[in-house]
Amino acid sequence: MPKRIATEKAPVRTVTRGPVPRKKEDDEVVYIDTNSAPRVLFSGEDLLVEDLPVGTRVIYPKAPLEGLANPGAAVRYALNHPLGTDPLYAQLRPGMRVTIAVDDISLPLPPMVTPDIRQTIVEILLELLDANGVDDVHIIVANSLHRRMTGPEMKRMLGRKIFDAYYPDRYYNHDAEDPDGMVHLGKTNHNEVVNINRRAVESDLLIYVNINLVPMDGGHKSVTVGLCDYESLRAHHEPHTIRASDSYMDPAKSMLNKKVERMGAIVQSNMKIFHIETALNNRMFGPQMSFLTKNEDDFNETDRLKLEATRWALSKMPAGAKRTLFHNIPAQYQLVACHAGETQAVHAKIIEKNFEQYMVNVRGQSDIVICGVPFISPYNVNSILNPLLVQVMGLGYFHNFYRGKPLLKKGGVLILTHPCYDKFDHQHHPSYIEFFNRLLPETRDAEVLRHKYEEEFARNPSYIEMYRRGNAYHGAHPFFMWYWGENGRQHVGKVIVAGAENAHVPAMLGWDRADSLTEAIAMARSHVGPSPDISMLHHPPIVMVDVE
Amino acid sequence: MAAAAFYDLDGTLVRTNLVHVFAHTARNQQGLWRSLTRTITAAASVPMFMAADTYSRRMFNDVFFRYYKGESEDRLRYLSEELFENVLKDAIYPGAYELVDKSKRLGLRQVLVTGAIDFTVMPLIRHLGFDHHVCNHLEFVDGRATGRLRPPVMAAATKASWMRTYAEKEGLNLSDCFAYSDSMSDLPMLSVVGHPAAVNPDFRLRNTAMQHDWPILDLR
Repeated sequence: MPKRIATEKAPVRTVTRGPVPRKKEDDEVVYIDTNSAPRVLFSGEDLLVEDLPVGTRVIYPKAPLEGLANPGAAVRYALNHPLGTDPLYAQLRPGMRVTIAVDDISLPLPPMVTPDIRQTIVEILLELLDANGVDDVHIIVANSLHRRMTGPEMKRMLGRKIFDAYYPDRYYNHDAEDPDGMVHLGKTNHNEVVNINRRAVESDLLIYVNINLVPMDGGHKSVTVGLCDYESLRAHHEPHTIRASDSYMDPAKSMLNKKVERMGAIVQSNMKIFHIETALNNRMFGPQMSFLTKNEDDFNETDRLKLEATRWALSKMPAGAKRTLFHNIPAQYQLVACHAGETQAVHAKIIEKNFEQYMVNVRGQSDIVICGVPFISPYNVNSILNPLLVQVMGLGYFHNFYRGKPLLKKGGVLILTHPCYDKFDHQHHPSYIEFFNRLLPETRDAEVLRHKYEEEFARNPSYIEMYRRGNAYHGAHPFFMWYWGENGRQHVGKVIVAGAENAHVPAMLGWDRADSLTEAIAMARSHVGPSPDISMLHHPPIVMVDVE
Repeated sequence: MAAAAFYDLDGTLVRTNLVHVFAHTARNQQGLWRSLTRTITAAASVPMFMAADTYSRRMFNDVFFRYYKGESEDRLRYLSEELFENVLKDAIYPGAYELVDKSKRLGLRQVLVTGAIDFTVMPLIRHLGFDHHVCNHLEFVDGRATGRLRPPVMAAATKASWMRTYAEKEGLNLSDCFAYSDSMSDLPMLSVVGHPAAVNPDFRLRNTAMQHDWPILDLR
């Protein structure tokens, strides 16, 4: 017999253990019982309030780690006490050529409250460089094949002072399609091509300023990916590499990371790099919205009022206004760690901190996993979460938020909540539109797509011009997004989108749709059996699982 | 199967248009008085040209090319090199070079499909390295322009028709071809290829491009 789905609003009660005795899991794991409150899920720019079946395991993000009281001091300490290399001041000499590369707008998500940590770091770096007589300084946004950041976005990221002094001649976006702007550094013994931004290569010192939002970020990936071109990127942004990454959020078991490290070794042997990495806590919401991270059983009257008020307001707003509203609420992230020096040594320290913030211990996999898909991904800041990005959130990021084993059993059902609107940003995602409407009706096979069409899109002169002169993602980017979901696609038995406003978008992605979460769970039961183990990942903010 | 990239010229690859070209001709008449009167006439006629173009490209052509009536063929050809060096060369959008270059690297045949007059575009065709072109030709009688164009007049649907014929003759697959234009009047030209793109588009073409999910480029 299937378990009964709770349909009535239950009185508030804190539940930290399920009805069935289980081995110890982290306190962030909560089991739904008959008295549990409904749970809040993101569905694009809307908030759903849904009752979950009794026994459902809800996994919450950990509480934010304590932010460092004085980020500036932490940065200065890191620069003066680096790992595996001399302090930065000792590496500087008058007249040298220095390039500072910074992560682009895809990190952190959403963009953090100003001053962005990159501004804090770059201000300190520029002071130090100036004090040591270094005048030839360029600041490059390491956007790889992502869209170019706009002037206002760049101003927000590093602050008006730096922007006014350096933009646009000495503060600009990386251009992977500049015929004179890339240098070939060599090939790995696996024939992976390493091409890197010329200014960075020809500098006496490259200082990379990173934000490690997830464990996949940082390390050799910063330079090797952030400042590379299409030829280099396609070496690891391809279906086999993604399938062989278990998961790509776990560097130790990630083929993606292995390849990037191989290529990074070539970069390191050709360039002098001083790496600065930072870890942020997960304080995504300010006090007004922080109820979204709470266990719903612990909601007080104020939280409930805020939730209802937010839902009411959202229900009255057009989609575009809701999107603008959400994209204009900055995250309240705080710096929790900063290390500098040799790339790998620094990265190891920061990764530890990432795992400390995100990783929740859970016992056992589930037949059904439920994820609310929010309004944002790394690829649609100030834009629309189009169908391909919904796909990358579900089968890419959410599926890969694990260490050890996936939260979902092999062949299980992934339920996503999102409207799946058929909307694309013409300015940011032009090649996505062609990919979605022309290629997906023909095939969803990542291998076929790569071999038959990837180069055509990558070399399309229109897309190249839009990448170089506009604010478009590179022509090959939608392919990478599709590959990004590849190990999820191989693992998941079925994807059901609850609340999809149309049938054709889920169908194009190879998914089923349901009107509501309740209907989706019923459909999932018909696939995995009547008494499934169900888990819900309660994000945002980010939560990852360590599955035993 | 081979493919090509078809480009409109005025407003797409260069920021000038037919009126700029005519203004250059008017300014460089034989004799100061004649230059002055032709220039004033040209300037005064701009609103009429705009109105005619808004109505239809065919009407614009009928009205506009009448102003060439009586011009000497020799002189027009003589002025064309000067026109290129003094006006057109600097008016080429920076992105135009890159677009054509990337397109060439793809192995696409480079074809200019323009309503401009032959003698004005020849130096530019050589400069950008187009493989083929089609443009308009003034009709001359006894070495003097009649103010009419020789058929077929390249505008709107005629461009698309020419492209279809050209593709058939050259064995090109139009589905693999690219087309670039800035103007709504070139909608037929954009519609017959598999990879159309609006370049520096006017308001109407921008809206149409968005409705059809075509890429919108800014080469300026």
